[in-house]
Amino acid sequence: MLAVESLAFGFPGRTVGRDVSFSLEAGEVMCVLGPNGGGKTTLFRTVLGLLPKHHGVIRLQDQEIDNLSRSEIARRIGYVPQGHVGYFAFTVREFVLMGRSAHLGLFSVPGRKDKKISERSLESLDIAHLADKLVTEISGGERQLALVARALAQEPKLLVLDEPTASLDFGNQVRVLQRISALAASGISILFSSHDPDHAFLCARRALLLAEGRVLEIGAPRAVIRADTLERMYGVSVQVMPLPGGAHTCLPSMNR
Amino acid sequence: MNSRSLSYLLAAGALVGLTALAFAVGRYPISIHEILSVLLGQHVSPNVETVVLQVRGPRVLAALVVGAALAAAGTAYQGMFRNPLVSPDILGVSTGAALGAVLGIFLSLNVLFIQLFAFAGGLAAVGLVYFIGSRLRGHDPLLALVLTGVVIGTLLGSVIALLKYLADPYNQLPAITYWLLGSLAAISPGDLGVAAPLALLGLAPMLLLRWRMNLLALPDDEARALGVDTRKLRTLIVAAATLMTAAAVAVSGIIGWVGLLIPHAARLLVGPDFGRLLPLAMLLGAAFLLAVDTLCRTLATIEVPPGVLTALIGTPFFLWLFALARRSW
Repeated sequence: MLAVESLAFGFPGRTVGRDVSFSLEAGEVMCVLGPNGGGKTTLFRTVLGLLPKHHGVIRLQDQEIDNLSRSEIARRIGYVPQGHVGYFAFTVREFVLMGRSAHLGLFSVPGRKDKKISERSLESLDIAHLADKLVTEISGGERQLALVARALAQEPKLLVLDEPTASLDFGNQVRVLQRISALAASGISILFSSHDPDHAFLCARRALLLAEGRVLEIGAPRAVIRADTLERMYGVSVQVMPLPGGAHTCLPSMNR
Repeated sequence: MNSRSLSYLLAAGALVGLTALAFAVGRYPISIHEILSVLLGQHVSPNVETVVLQVRGPRVLAALVVGAALAAAGTAYQGMFRNPLVSPDILGVSTGAALGAVLGIFLSLNVLFIQLFAFAGGLAAVGLVYFIGSRLRGHDPLLALVLTGVVIGTLLGSVIALLKYLADPYNQLPAITYWLLGSLAAISPGDLGVAAPLALLGLAPMLLLRWRMNLLALPDDEARALGVDTRKLRTLIVAAATLMTAAAVAVSGIIGWVGLLIPHAARLLVGPDFGRLLPLAMLLGAAFLLAVDTLCRTLATIEVPPGVLTALIGTPFFLWLFALARRSW
């Protein structure tokens, strides 16, 4: 699905990260963990082709991303950015319909099929009741789901979510993670970032630990999310506790 | 009937009513019956026919075309710059046109050349801003454009100031001042015959791109991730809006506020979807400028410059709209 090989990424004239390699199978969930400023968003934007890569190879379904047009990329990858507020007052229905643009010609207007697909992606996230509300007037959690619905309307093979749980309350965080698992079960590959290592335990098959722009560890969450790796990334001491039933959770220590 | 259809209907009705009124009132009052007779080709007194076809006709049409063009360009720019306080002048088209016209007057050229200079000046100013702005990499492309527009606009403004300072205070300066305040009084059918097709040429891409325009209102990264070549689309919209504005300004001079106020009012009525917004903004823009111009020639014994009146009406109206709005924008 997605293959990244010895990638160096960053902004023009400033490399943020290098030597990043990983791959993602169809239906696989990968969680990227790392401190603020560690390069998670920049990595995602590079994978999406929004920033030119500095070095290395990004392959999407065995095609180099450099050879794909914007709309060819958008038909393969859906992007859920960290929610913005500076939108015009479009309705959620209009907003989600924008996800169809990669499937439409330059001068086309969405047709019945596009509207149906948008409705379906709203329903799959249980937010059909928001369709006529304005994106400027719904809550942050609802807007996050509207962004996911818009990305699903792209009918992508891969969904890239940049901190989809940031600024959500506990219940909405869990709901977003549940939906991530459900989407992966339907065959979509998922790449998401989070500030909470527990999220990787909850729904990712693999975790990628990104610190100072380099891959610290990559592998099954249970194998790579350890006291030593977390301490190295975040600079605080953490216990990784096994729970009854085979789950794990992270408990920070308050002693310095 | 929903409130959206009602908005279109009321705007269209207001436009028709104002057009009839604009033909009727003035120093030589004409009855609605007489206007209809002229339009239907029936026999009326030659005086009436001259006033309707030669005097008021071109002027009314000019107000409709210029008002609709400025409102359409403003609608496109407000969507594209994601800001309801943007007017069609933001990339310097009016300042460029003003410099062209002022230079034409300063060189004592005839009217045709002054208009040509204004049109070319508008296009050249935006071309320059776009050329420089798109080469300032490493910044948000929209911010780079706006800042370049402001800076170049200031530069052109100072050249205009210099020309005004050097101009002959008895022959040239009044003409310059008159042009800078805008006027629809002297527009001939020939002027319209050139300006209207150019404005339509600018309108065509806006109509064709009416749905895709909405994606430009998203942050750049999001629009691109949805498959939009934002740079190409932006270039097209800037070119279209500039062509419309330059064509309008070249015949009317600078008339502010229409391109700022009208799109904002239309958005409050029908929401931000460009396909719904554009026709309503054009109807309202045409009606607003026609109303203003009719007031300009009937309020006093001398003509009031429309640029002054749009500001006098526009400022309180804008504040009222803003206070009234239940949603942000």
